[in-house]
Amino acid sequence: MKGSASKLYLAIAAAVSFAISYWVPMDQYVREIVLTIGINIILAVSLNLVNGYAGQFSLGHAGFMAIGAYFSAAVTTFWAPKWFGASTDITSGFTAPLVFLFALLSGALLAAVAGLIIGIPSLRLRGDYLAIATLGFGEIIRVVIQNTDAIGGSRGFTVMSGYTNFFWTYLFAALTIYVVANLVHSAYGRGFLAVRDDEVAAEAVGVNTTKYKVIAFVLAAFFAGIAGGLYAHFKQYLHPDGFSFLKSIEVVVMVILGGMGSTAGVIAAAVFLSLLPEVLRFIPQFYERSFGIPLPHLIDELLKNRMLIYSVLLIALMLTRPQGIFGGLKRPAFLSGKKTRAAHVIPS
Amino acid sequence: MSSLLELRDCTMQFGGLTALSNLSLQIGPHDLVGLIGPNGAGKTTVFNIITGIYEPTSGAIDLGGQSIIGRKASAIAARGIARTFQNIRLFASLSVYDNVRAAFTMRLKHGIAHALWRGRPFQKEEAEISDQVVEILRIFHLEDSRETPCKSLSYGDQRRLEIVRALATRPQLLLLDEPAAGMNPREKEQLMELIQFVKEKFQIAVLLVEHDMKVVMGICARVAVLDYGIKIAEGTPAEVQRNPKVIEAYLGQEAVTQ
Amino acid sequence: MNQFIQQLINGLSLGSIYALIALGYTMVYGVLRFINFAHGDVFMVGAYTGYYAARWINGRFNTEPSIPFAILVLTISMVVCAIVGIVIERLAYAPLRNRARLTVLITAIGVSLFLEYGGQQFFGAGPENFPQLMPNYAVLNTPAFTIMSNQLIVLGVTVALLIGLTFVVLKTKIGTAMRALSFNPTAASLMGINNSVVISFTFGLGSALAAAAGILWAVNYPSINPLMGLLPGVKAFVAAVLGGIGNIPGAALGGLILGVTETLVVGYSDKLHIPPSYRDAVAFVVLIVILLFKPSGLLGKTGSEKV
Repeated sequence: MKGSASKLYLAIAAAVSFAISYWVPMDQYVREIVLTIGINIILAVSLNLVNGYAGQFSLGHAGFMAIGAYFSAAVTTFWAPKWFGASTDITSGFTAPLVFLFALLSGALLAAVAGLIIGIPSLRLRGDYLAIATLGFGEIIRVVIQNTDAIGGSRGFTVMSGYTNFFWTYLFAALTIYVVANLVHSAYGRGFLAVRDDEVAAEAVGVNTTKYKVIAFVLAAFFAGIAGGLYAHFKQYLHPDGFSFLKSIEVVVMVILGGMGSTAGVIAAAVFLSLLPEVLRFIPQFYERSFGIPLPHLIDELLKNRMLIYSVLLIALMLTRPQGIFGGLKRPAFLSGKKTRAAHVIPS
Repeated sequence: MSSLLELRDCTMQFGGLTALSNLSLQIGPHDLVGLIGPNGAGKTTVFNIITGIYEPTSGAIDLGGQSIIGRKASAIAARGIARTFQNIRLFASLSVYDNVRAAFTMRLKHGIAHALWRGRPFQKEEAEISDQVVEILRIFHLEDSRETPCKSLSYGDQRRLEIVRALATRPQLLLLDEPAAGMNPREKEQLMELIQFVKEKFQIAVLLVEHDMKVVMGICARVAVLDYGIKIAEGTPAEVQRNPKVIEAYLGQEAVTQ
Repeated sequence: MNQFIQQLINGLSLGSIYALIALGYTMVYGVLRFINFAHGDVFMVGAYTGYYAARWINGRFNTEPSIPFAILVLTISMVVCAIVGIVIERLAYAPLRNRARLTVLITAIGVSLFLEYGGQQFFGAGPENFPQLMPNYAVLNTPAFTIMSNQLIVLGVTVALLIGLTFVVLKTKIGTAMRALSFNPTAASLMGINNSVVISFTFGLGSALAAAAGILWAVNYPSINPLMGLLPGVKAFVAAVLGGIGNIPGAALGGLILGVTETLVVGYSDKLHIPPSYRDAVAFVVLIVILLFKPSGLLGKTGSEKV
């Protein structure tokens, strides 16, 4: 997008989401789904910057989401009431948006710092090692949270404020898309793709690969933190198990399905995968209504097993179309190209 | 002769294997030097230590009088050393245009914040870069294929693109790693013209690793010969061709006594 | 000192199980340069195979827990899992042999999830009680420490399997082929080695060892569930990296070190001021430390590849 056009789109998106949020009535069920979609879009688009555009395989995204979630929840539940002398729910009154924004941003900032601390050492590692290292860090974060009683530990954390709504969610979704898309489609942003395609060649033309990788990683962590904060004030209950390696995998599946390196594809995949559980839930009813008899019990059970469906989807996708649904437009070489052993030098 | 690049007593060891042994080499700002030797002699290793991919086990490497040892490869590229690779390393998912554009990232005055805000300064710089990319593509007759995915180019064009991309970094020294590999005689002729054209137009020094003797002897003013990591000869092409040590390295002991 | 020896014994027992799983990771990585994410779940399949086998045999023949019974169940489990490993390799990994490594890695994650959640579907979410395979009694009972027969069995079986594996890798034709493949697959196939067969064999072998680990685990911790392979699997992978991924003795060494470390950290948790619930974090911390300081592991060699 050239120049000011994208800024205009962002402003329009903000205005439209504001309008929808405050003037379009939404039934509870629909609201749940729509907000989930929005949060997943933020997670997927931000991870796509690292996994898709920069070509670094991170399996620890849930850890950054957790940091954003827990920290922002702590701000609104414990600290803001003390600072503002308000009642336990600080989300009344006109200071509410500011407090909420502060909570979100501080959580995201902390997540970004964590991204920096984790990224700098980890991004020296190659492909599968990086994946494992980020997985390890993500799990360390989870275990630490689990053992921290102040934020509930394994009992969970009930969040006082449920301030997340359509406007905030989609404002940040639009912002995430704006940042990632604009960044990549600039002369600067071509550096990410160069790093992805061939790190050695990228260095040879003056692209500081470490810097680019860290920038992608930190930015992604920031937005994952935002998503976490939005999630915390949406579900109003946090548990470390919800931020495990499996959550990271869910986001990775979105990125792969959408085609690494296609923001539009990743958004579509996020929408599709957010709706999938609902679709799966609907199929038995639909079947019964159409054919008069209930689905065989086994198939009914299988459809309820979301992770099982995910796994089959993943395997099938990798075997048939590893570049994802939308990856065909611009095929990232490292996903569909021939395996060459001597392709990378291990930096020391 | 003031040297642009100077290697002094460089040794490179990988565990038990000594790839380079006390190598000294000087390249002046307008030299066209060839580096030859049998397979495994260490020629690409020389490139790798110059461009910062490996750090020599011992020795010194100076560019314009300043040491470049221990610097990141991207920093060395920013200092003015560009290279191509034995197996062409283009950015496979990018177009011809974007491959060259990637070479401009290091000289960007406007970074992330501007890419996000997209104000006047950003747009101006993007336009300038675009002009420069198109201009350099035009010089090498690639401007019509700007949007083509680089993978779709012919082999010879891909090699040319890799050289163009290297030149886009405005180097003082260009390292070419076996650019004639896989080319037919006519393409090699064109390559020789291309290299000489590049040297003259851009006023740079060129260090060329090549197996094809016609190419090396045809354009290089000076040739250095490596064998098992040791420089065994250096001089004009004619001198080197007559050097018995060189003959022995390539053809064996018997050839010398013939 | 008393507590130390007991902890050491417990740690070696745990570490042996990690070592057996780690061997599978390291062999597959050595031959294919690929981390088989699903390997930990084969460990789980091994435990469940033993579960069903033991119950079926008990039902038919009304057997008593005994050594022969245990060996029978172990053997059945190892054979079944070897087949499972080969089937997985043929169906999910072999077609991707020439694709980028990341593609196979993601597929492996998919297979892992498939085994876990398929397991939940078909075995039930558990936990199930693993039947007793053999009598467990105190072999050596001193005031300082106690050694249970189960622990001895774990050590004994591990040592036996290690010796067997070393023999296969060093002395047999196919073992030599495995080693050749790990150095240079192209050269190996040019020398007449059928790479596909060797790769399948490697998977089968690694899976059999994981199955053995699964049985040994279930013998010591008789509660099994379809997600039981997650943590031991990741920890065994850390052990393999610790020892030097691709290095067989390294995997064994790494497993033992990790098992002992984990047990000691938990055993001395009050003195170290680390709550025992941080047990699982030990492996991850070890992983990070190794990856940052010596990614090639204790016994591995740093490899740089040609540019």
